[in-house]
Amino acid sequence: MSLEKKYPKEVKQILSKYPPEHKRSAVMPLLYLAQREEGYLTKAAMQDVAKIVDITETDVAALVGFYTLYHEKKEGKYRMQVCTDLPCALRGVEEFMESLCSNLGLKVGETTPDGFVTLEAVTCLAACDKAPMFQIQGPDGIKYHENMNVDRTLKLISVLRKSVRELE
Amino acid sequence: MEHILLRHREIPDLHEMDIYKKNGGFAAFKDAVTKMKPSEVTDVVKNSGLRGRGGAGFPTGMKWAFIDNKNWPHYVVANADESEPGTFKDREIMEGNPFQFLEGLALASYAVGANVAYVYIRGEFWELASFLDEKIAEMEEAGYLGDKLFRTDYSLRIYTHLGAGAYICGEETALLESLEGKRGQPRVRPPFPPSYGLYGKPTVINNVETFTNVPMILAKGADWHKSIGTADSAGVKVFSLSGRVRKPGNYELPFGTTFRELIYTYGGGVQDSRAVKAIMPAGASSSLILVEGDKVLDTPMDYATVRTLGGDLGSASIIVIDDTVSMDWLVNKTVHFFKHESCGKCTPCREGTYWMSNITERIHSGHGTTGDVDLLLNVAKQMQGKCLCALGEFSTMAVVTGIERFPEDFEKAVSPVPLPPLLVREGESVEKA
Repeated sequence: MSLEKKYPKEVKQILSKYPPEHKRSAVMPLLYLAQREEGYLTKAAMQDVAKIVDITETDVAALVGFYTLYHEKKEGKYRMQVCTDLPCALRGVEEFMESLCSNLGLKVGETTPDGFVTLEAVTCLAACDKAPMFQIQGPDGIKYHENMNVDRTLKLISVLRKSVRELE
Repeated sequence: MEHILLRHREIPDLHEMDIYKKNGGFAAFKDAVTKMKPSEVTDVVKNSGLRGRGGAGFPTGMKWAFIDNKNWPHYVVANADESEPGTFKDREIMEGNPFQFLEGLALASYAVGANVAYVYIRGEFWELASFLDEKIAEMEEAGYLGDKLFRTDYSLRIYTHLGAGAYICGEETALLESLEGKRGQPRVRPPFPPSYGLYGKPTVINNVETFTNVPMILAKGADWHKSIGTADSAGVKVFSLSGRVRKPGNYELPFGTTFRELIYTYGGGVQDSRAVKAIMPAGASSSLILVEGDKVLDTPMDYATVRTLGGDLGSASIIVIDDTVSMDWLVNKTVHFFKHESCGKCTPCREGTYWMSNITERIHSGHGTTGDVDLLLNVAKQMQGKCLCALGEFSTMAVVTGIERFPEDFEKAVSPVPLPPLLVREGESVEKA
């Protein structure tokens, strides 16, 4: 089903933010909408978005490749994106990451065997005073988790896993 | 002193409309729209000495006065793409005191005759963007946004626009490209946004903190604002303090506060009572300021004075480096960041950050030679002054000042073998530190 048919209200609301002659501006919010269900952007989804804002698929693919919050490949349902930049590194994120990796049995960039969490290292998330910290990008958007340690992180993953299982 | 920007720290629930109104909220906007000419609003801001808080410190009122009145419509854009490593002030402002920010944005829009304003907010602030959407809806309901405000002919709408993870979109022309639905790559300037901005129309872009200063300036007057801070830099600044300090966080203080007061009085001093080795006053884009003796710590922080130390105050994101940190490790971190964030438009930046990152990685992993340090400095210096926007330049700041001001850290990290002759082109010699 096309994006416009599936989310008619949302598409209309997004387009209403920009002058009608500049509807290309809507491409980024539409890509978030298109990414909502699968967690990544399929070729069909990109074609769909291209049609709504009247640009080429190549233009859309160029944006998906440029911006880090759009994904072209299926990974874990949730992406745990740990900030590893200088201010966080000065507050122990390297040790945090190392211990998290060994506890999860993952290397950075890998996904748990059940396809639930992908562990990623990302650049600054503007929470330098609350390191170690990460965001979780999932179907319902992005959420910050600050002042974390490994125990609390593992607990968070298991709680999230349980609540998703119950919902499904 | 009571807060001017982070007022939510004294006033609980300031993010609620009735609380904000009870504390003087929206009076400045109503007064401006009903009693002042747009140019009078600009004049007050001009006379207040307010300078842009995004990093460049450009006089705000002057920027507004540059708007081209022969070309319409006009737009105002808030830069909420806070992404500089070490900067986390705009997030707190928007979360704690959202209406003061939005009122400032509305005042700027009135001053330059814009009927539409956008808040370009980084994609990671997903929850904050929905929160701002709610606040904007409340303002519409209360009659502070919409058509014919306060029964005048002035209309204004504010929309949020989420970025999607690109540091470069904090650069104003890259931000505009992104808002137009393109890749965030900087434009050639001039023309500057006040004559050619969003959709090619005159546009004012300011940082969140800059806008948040405006309602109080209108309410209390230009002289009141000028009486705070220093002659060079008027008013207060939200200093984001991070790194090896006991109490990292945001501290709103007048310009002219010393590094020592910020780090020791407010930040609780250095972790494990170590000595401060260096300060990065403008986040990862900073020069590394060498701290020896008392001179640097006792320097008042304003734009002009910090420059005398061989650095820039920028967005005042003070990263404290203690004496356990080796600069070869630090530079590897910052270069990795800029390599990841280079938009790829200018060859010196795209290639330079890539090769710098290869070299810093080699040095830091213990495989470097003295020749590598020379090569790193050589690459960094070749990049300077050759890129369209500041990102390329920023990526070299810590590298060059790290090697020049902390040579012993790099000497210790490499083995003493000179650069292989193949890496030096004929007739060229490697610049020495």
